[in-house]
Amino acid sequence: MSYFSDIINGTKTLITGMRITGKYFFVNLFTRKDVITQQYPDNIDTLKMFDRFRGEITLYHNENNEHKCDACTLCVSACPNGSLEVFGDKKPDPETGKNKRYLVKHIYHLEMCTMCGLCIEACPQDALEWGQDYHHVQYDRSKLTKVLNKPGSKLMSGIKG
Amino acid sequence: MEEFLTDQLKTQEYFLNMGPQHPATHGVLRLLLKLDGEIIRNVDMDLGFIHRSIEKMCERNTYKQIIHLTDRLDYLSSHMNNEAVCLLVEKALNIEVSDRIKVIRTMMDELTRISSHVLWWGVMGMDIGALTTFMYGFREREMINDIFEETCGARLTMNYNVIGGLRYDLHENFVKRVKEFIKHFKKKLPEYDKLLTNNVIFRKRIEGVGYISEKDAVAYGLNGPTARGSGVSCDIRKIHPYSAYDRVDFEEVIFTEGDSYARYKVRIQEMWQSLSILEQLVDKIPEGEYRVKTKAVIKLPEGDYLQRVEAARGDFGIFVKSTGQKFPYRVKFRSPGFANLTALNKMTQGLKIADLVAVLSTIDIVVPDIDR
Repeated sequence: MSYFSDIINGTKTLITGMRITGKYFFVNLFTRKDVITQQYPDNIDTLKMFDRFRGEITLYHNENNEHKCDACTLCVSACPNGSLEVFGDKKPDPETGKNKRYLVKHIYHLEMCTMCGLCIEACPQDALEWGQDYHHVQYDRSKLTKVLNKPGSKLMSGIKG
Repeated sequence: MEEFLTDQLKTQEYFLNMGPQHPATHGVLRLLLKLDGEIIRNVDMDLGFIHRSIEKMCERNTYKQIIHLTDRLDYLSSHMNNEAVCLLVEKALNIEVSDRIKVIRTMMDELTRISSHVLWWGVMGMDIGALTTFMYGFREREMINDIFEETCGARLTMNYNVIGGLRYDLHENFVKRVKEFIKHFKKKLPEYDKLLTNNVIFRKRIEGVGYISEKDAVAYGLNGPTARGSGVSCDIRKIHPYSAYDRVDFEEVIFTEGDSYARYKVRIQEMWQSLSILEQLVDKIPEGEYRVKTKAVIKLPEGDYLQRVEAARGDFGIFVKSTGQKFPYRVKFRSPGFANLTALNKMTQGLKIADLVAVLSTIDIVVPDIDR
């Protein structure tokens, strides 16, 4: 007896399950109400990340191509992986005549970065910030090493070096 | 004829290599099976394919830098792992965090637990052969991942806890999104039961399979839902309440059958419990600061420290030996997956290979957690 009741029970539960999948299939086929998948490479222009999304580290530049980094290297010591390298130099300030530190090169190794955000927290000037770019794929590993300060950029006035 | 067969042909036990690149082993886990035909006689585990020496790496990192490494242990309960480090340091330095921080941490823990169990449910169905569950599980998980991404900035390695609180305050959409999720998930969980739990084919595959007694479960040091399926009470949230677990009302889910189906039921019921915890807290997030100021260089006083939290897979413990420096002298993680995996041989004695996959799935292993 249990042989036949097993078959009947099995068919019954199978139909219950098929009803759920069938419901989704037909509802989404005609209304696309519950569709959650995205056509990824096609929607690349409209795809927007959340504000806090941690894509990469960037150095903030304002419209006059000025950044806030005075090369204090606190971010370098905060980084657990050695993803940041900061090269600074000193030159006399035209106003006071004292030696002032300035940024020569802010190198970022994206291939080593784990996006822990400790450099951003360590920065006393809030010079570093998150970038929303997620498209990091490269054919060559060396292309992932980036120079964060833009060419010709200089220190924002009001930041003491 | 029969005499001829016994004279000329003989059977013998043989070894079969399962993994390390096998979709049913949930990562790079290699199982050495000793088989008699299709019947399992012995299962040996070969670990270490993704050993990253995280414990050793912790010894050269400051306490702030350790937190992001614990994301990479059990990546499906990364929030609990982060919390363990933060709670340990806060306990050692007597940092009192505000109620807001405690409640938010608890809510994030429960969201992580649901997202982990939902993923497990999908993969469990897929291991048995029901491909649909995988997509349905990911549908709910996607909603939680969006909540995480909006508030924490990442979907998997959230890294949201910092020593003395949280990295950011809650996003303004957080409460709205969590309420939406609770409403949505309450409708979908009964659907899970209809689709998979009550299915006769599925039930026959896991009922009475992979049995482990309560005594053996204690002897093997099982924890989390795997042990609670055998009737062992081991919920750290009840035994040593941390964060806001002492003020919420929830039950420790225990089933006593000890088979795969009991472990399955524990996880399904835990999702209901997590939902109820979320419901209790979502309207009562207290006002207050989200981060307590700490020193720039954190040094733990000399001594040994231990902190346990209930991760999605069980009891996650972190042990730190400090010599008073800014780096820990020794860090040891006690991962739930490792203890659970050791019982696999006991559970699968005399079963078939197809059952091994089902049993392995109900243990719910995450290999990076086991290998560290």
